Amino acid sequence: MKVTFKLFAMLQDYLPAEAKKDNALVLELAEGTTILQVIERFALPLKSCHLVLVDGHFVPPAERAARALKEGETLAIWPPIAGG
Amino acid sequence: MAWTRKILRVDLTNGTCKVEPLNMAWAQQYLGQRGLATKYFVSEVDPKVDPLSPANKMIMTTGPLTGTPASTGGRYSVVTKGALTGAIACSNSGGYFGAELKFAGWDMIIFEGRSPKPVYLWLENDKAELRDAGHLWGKTVWQTEEIIKKTHQDPQIRISSIGRAGENGVLYACIVNDLHRAAGRSGVGTVMGSKNLKAVAVRGTLGNAGIKDPKAFMAAAAAGKKVLADNAVTGQGLPTYGTQVLMNVINEMGALPTRNHRDVQFEEARKISAEAMHEKRPTDGKSQLVTNAACFGCTIACGRISKIDETHFSVVNKPEYWGASGGLEYEAAWALGAANGVGDLEALQFANMICNEDGMDPISFGATVGAAMELYELGIIKKEAIGMDAPFGSAKALCDLAMMTAKGEGFGKELGLGSARMCAKYGKPELSMSVKKQEFPAYDARGIQGMGLTYATSNRGACHLRSYTVASEVFGIPVKTDPLVTDGKADLVKAFQDATAVFDSAGICVFTSFAWTLADVQPQIAAACEGDWTLEKLNEVGERIWNMERQFNLAAGFTAKDDDLPPRLKMEPAKVGPAKGLVNGIDKMRPEYYKTRGWDEQGVPTGDTLSRLGL
Repeated sequence: MKVTFKLFAMLQDYLPAEAKKDNALVLELAEGTTILQVIERFALPLKSCHLVLVDGHFVPPAERAARALKEGETLAIWPPIAGG
Repeated sequence: MAWTRKILRVDLTNGTCKVEPLNMAWAQQYLGQRGLATKYFVSEVDPKVDPLSPANKMIMTTGPLTGTPASTGGRYSVVTKGALTGAIACSNSGGYFGAELKFAGWDMIIFEGRSPKPVYLWLENDKAELRDAGHLWGKTVWQTEEIIKKTHQDPQIRISSIGRAGENGVLYACIVNDLHRAAGRSGVGTVMGSKNLKAVAVRGTLGNAGIKDPKAFMAAAAAGKKVLADNAVTGQGLPTYGTQVLMNVINEMGALPTRNHRDVQFEEARKISAEAMHEKRPTDGKSQLVTNAACFGCTIACGRISKIDETHFSVVNKPEYWGASGGLEYEAAWALGAANGVGDLEALQFANMICNEDGMDPISFGATVGAAMELYELGIIKKEAIGMDAPFGSAKALCDLAMMTAKGEGFGKELGLGSARMCAKYGKPELSMSVKKQEFPAYDARGIQGMGLTYATSNRGACHLRSYTVASEVFGIPVKTDPLVTDGKADLVKAFQDATAVFDSAGICVFTSFAWTLADVQPQIAAACEGDWTLEKLNEVGERIWNMERQFNLAAGFTAKDDDLPPRLKMEPAKVGPAKGLVNGIDKMRPEYYKTRGWDEQGVPTGDTLSRLGL
């Protein structure tokens, strides 16, 4: 299945160079792949994965190991940030 | 120092300056800055006063921590009746002006009347005099700062001034200090312009004294700085990416108001984001962002300093705009960009520079352009009236309209009215995305429900900085709440409103609240200020300030009907994203909020509430 994967702010350094322009790349994942498995695949520091959104909806830390991604979804992750 | 205990009262009509002692009993009840100056204001000014009449007053005010070693302790505010809103206005600015005012020995300056001719106030410690500003009238903020510094032969003078927007009656004119920091909202610069007051220039060399317990204060300030440094948001996120990091977040959440709130996601958000500001441009191989910057005493340094692409159409043959300058911050980038569908980062920086140079609130300006573009697309405003094609997405129109508005030329005069008056003039008042005639900031209230209540009940008109529930609803500060539900938002908004009133009254930046709670601020205030400043007292001070502002607005003629959102947010569901199908639930939240506040069903504080707060 295809899932769009986005990393922003300091986490964009974990993207391949060609994906940084859009902060996004399309992943081909096995059915049932979880959010945590994607985080581990890209070696993202867990403490930096603060704001984790699937199709814009927040996924709390406790649910990331079990939450399986679905075809066509967008997974977007930010480190701790804020602004105003 | 904490309070200097000294006020300057400037009678502009008669050209006199008088020193008064600070009312220390009021200081114990209202702390300083926003709270204390508002107490003075509501005690002296008829709530029904025309904001642009000489009977309106304008107060420039510092807080007890302004000018101290407390992190971000450089804030000052301008309190008046807002030209844009007709409501109580309190606009807060960083930079270095506030601390300099304190170093000159002043807690606040109260301006009354109207000068018969343009003047500026020159303060050099105790010395205060009104000087002729005939040669400054018609000049921009940037020119005014340069001329005054040359006149006094001192580059360290700090200046707050209005540009041509404030002179020309743009109703959302701001007061700019240190070139690109501003008391930005509600038209405080318009009030200043109506008084023929061009600038306040100050040089203070009296330093920092009067801290109640210096040793305890330095320990408390250091502890506070450590909290900010250790926090990932204030220690890393904000200094590196600034507020602009929000552009992609809020867009992803389907809460980025786009094309005058027709849409909730902007397809070009990435192009105008913090990440884009860091990228090297193909034209010159440089990024727009040059560096971050800090205001006085700030250990966060969220400010952006950028250089525009010299080949961009907006600045070809205009080298005066090629230097490093302030921006883009998130609110400006959204209002100039997504709000009117413009995805040209360089155009946004140009329009932002015009706003800084001539003193216009970029939020209200950009949002008003968005409303004008919708009226243009509906065929209600014709090309001939605007003087150009102005569809959504036109970077050229954005840049030209910014210059025209600042100068008061052509259609710029109509844009200078703000969206509420402009849309009403064209028979479409419902297309103004505003509350109490002040335009919304950068969060769609369908995707972040608490912000709808924040906007509707803000005492100074639609504003994110009166209760930034985004912190909780998006970032989980201090706890994560669901942005798509209304449950619990009345309590959340009240808590943010009251706490923010304390931050705004202390002399520190509200951005510290991403890491600090009032429990981090309290030891600093308690060590700096006379009196018994417990956490309980601070919470009560915040609530007292909020209710005092509310009382002024009610006396000015506002009612519960003004605590409402435009029909678009109540009747047109979000088309995409997490909030798809949702409108804002303001009609459910408002009565809950009134009850939480201890107000009656009409939004009037009950006698018990007023009595409890000593109002």
